[in-house]
Amino acid sequence: MHPLLTRPRQLGLYLLAWFPLAGILVFLLTGPAGLKWGEATALIVAPCLAYAFVCLAAWYPCRATPLEKSGFIKLLLTHLTAAVLLSTLWVRLIEELAIGFMRWPRFAGLEQRLERFIPLLWVTGILLYVLSVTFHYVLLAEQASREAQERALQARVLARDAELKALRAQVNPHFLFNCLHSVSALTSSDAGKAREMCILLADFLRTTLRLGGKETITLEEELALVRGYLAIEKVRFGARLHMEEEVQKQTMETLIPPLLLQPLVENAIRHGIANLPEGGVIRLSVQEKARVVSIVVENSFDPESPAPLKTGLGLDNIRQRLDTRYGPEASISVKAEGNRFQVSLRLPAQQNGVVA
Amino acid sequence: MSGAMDKKIRAVIVDDEELARQMLREFLSAHQEIEIAAECANGFEAVKAVTELKPDLIFLDIQMPKLDGFEVLELIGTDRAVVFVTAYDEYAIRAFDIHAVDYLLKPFGAERFETALQRARQRLGGKLPPPTELSSSARPASQPLERIVVRDGTRVFIIPIAKLDYAEAQDDYVALVSEGKKHLKQQTISSLEGILDPSRFLRIHRSYIVNLEKVTKVEPYSKDNYMVVLSNGTQLPVSRSGYARLRDFLDQTRAK
Repeated sequence: MHPLLTRPRQLGLYLLAWFPLAGILVFLLTGPAGLKWGEATALIVAPCLAYAFVCLAAWYPCRATPLEKSGFIKLLLTHLTAAVLLSTLWVRLIEELAIGFMRWPRFAGLEQRLERFIPLLWVTGILLYVLSVTFHYVLLAEQASREAQERALQARVLARDAELKALRAQVNPHFLFNCLHSVSALTSSDAGKAREMCILLADFLRTTLRLGGKETITLEEELALVRGYLAIEKVRFGARLHMEEEVQKQTMETLIPPLLLQPLVENAIRHGIANLPEGGVIRLSVQEKARVVSIVVENSFDPESPAPLKTGLGLDNIRQRLDTRYGPEASISVKAEGNRFQVSLRLPAQQNGVVA
Repeated sequence: MSGAMDKKIRAVIVDDEELARQMLREFLSAHQEIEIAAECANGFEAVKAVTELKPDLIFLDIQMPKLDGFEVLELIGTDRAVVFVTAYDEYAIRAFDIHAVDYLLKPFGAERFETALQRARQRLGGKLPPPTELSSSARPASQPLERIVVRDGTRVFIIPIAKLDYAEAQDDYVALVSEGKKHLKQQTISSLEGILDPSRFLRIHRSYIVNLEKVTKVEPYSKDNYMVVLSNGTQLPVSRSGYARLRDFLDQTRAK
């Protein structure tokens, strides 16, 4: 559908622009040896308006032969063919109209008088069509630039969105508040420990920001981040938090998206350990078999505690990230058995940018 | 010092983090008129301590093992001064709905703590507001009830909603029957009906709410009267309007 046809206001303006053209044509046809004013007006105005609509059809060949991508010959051939064809038809229409008018006595001899103007009308028809082609190329260019702008804007919004989401996923504000509260409590009882906690927290935040900006990091880097995180939580939870690690050495260089495991360990604490008066164990194991790395985070939890409402969201985020990066080659599964909760990830073993 | 100050204010600290308790202890140590009656690290301990010691003032964390702060209050009543201490700001409205004295956001400083203490003293000096029925007013409507907490003396029972067979009205109490055991809770059956998921529980009688998943059959037992039989064999009477509701429910599930 032509864009003008959906916008009545602009269509009106376009048609209005044709009236002066029709006026000029009427003026050219009149004169000493030519037509009378009334005759010319009756003959020209209606076909001009019809031609205005016909010229809108230039939209389709213009769109099919974009200015920047089509060769000169193709452009010339396309539009000239259309111009000759349409102009010929248009002139024919005017002639038929003249014959029709001759039924009335006052228009007698109209066709004969019109004859010497036929070449003029034909050339005008071609010129008008070419004008319309120009107009449509301008219209297309304007539309393309607006679309490009919209796309750029949308891309920016998406990028910003992703960035914000990543940042939000990185550091849970309640974790920060609780940490700061612990530091505040330690300042009077154990200043040295308070300082140590400040440093642990700063290290964790700095590493999070640094790693979060990368596309992939090594498993070793991620594990260092997880250990830093656990060291902080250990200050808060004390003897309630136990950590066990079983990591195959050859997996250390595996490339993974950043902050893949830290949220899992954080969940294990928030929804597991934090709900147990006596605390519990978080067990992290990483193994590689047949070019597939499987990572398991297991934790104790209280089956009686209400189901966490937000865990799903965190896991969804991880699932989505795995999916974007690995497609069906990676998977995540969750199971709860008795008082053990387990999240398992499987992903292809990739190292140093080489797909293994 | 005025006469009123002679009597010590007895406080209980409830927080699962040792450092957080330590901080409150430190701030309170500056106040001779306040005595720390107990420190609790989880919801069960809190219910026990408050029931036994009847303190005037409670510093209460919200996110804790076993029972959260609101469940603790549901079990011990709200007829004492409560200061919530938490890192989460999203419970503040709920807290003031049940007339909490104050809501301290971690981390807080000594000055902010003094303000909370000041408010607590005013509250204790004046009249405490009437206890609110917590279970119905404090729970956000968007969050479905997942479990019911019941206290028997200092013991606490947690009944997961899926394991509740039925509830029976008994004067000011409801008897909650789960896995062959009966637990009494001070609550009206109507308020219980209001917080249970209507797609899983149905009021079949003035005195009974039944867990629909436990119903195995509906039988006539006299002219115009019906009863439901649960999977464990229990028979419960169904009133005329209860039978209509039951039929509506069955029609709807069949339609799905």
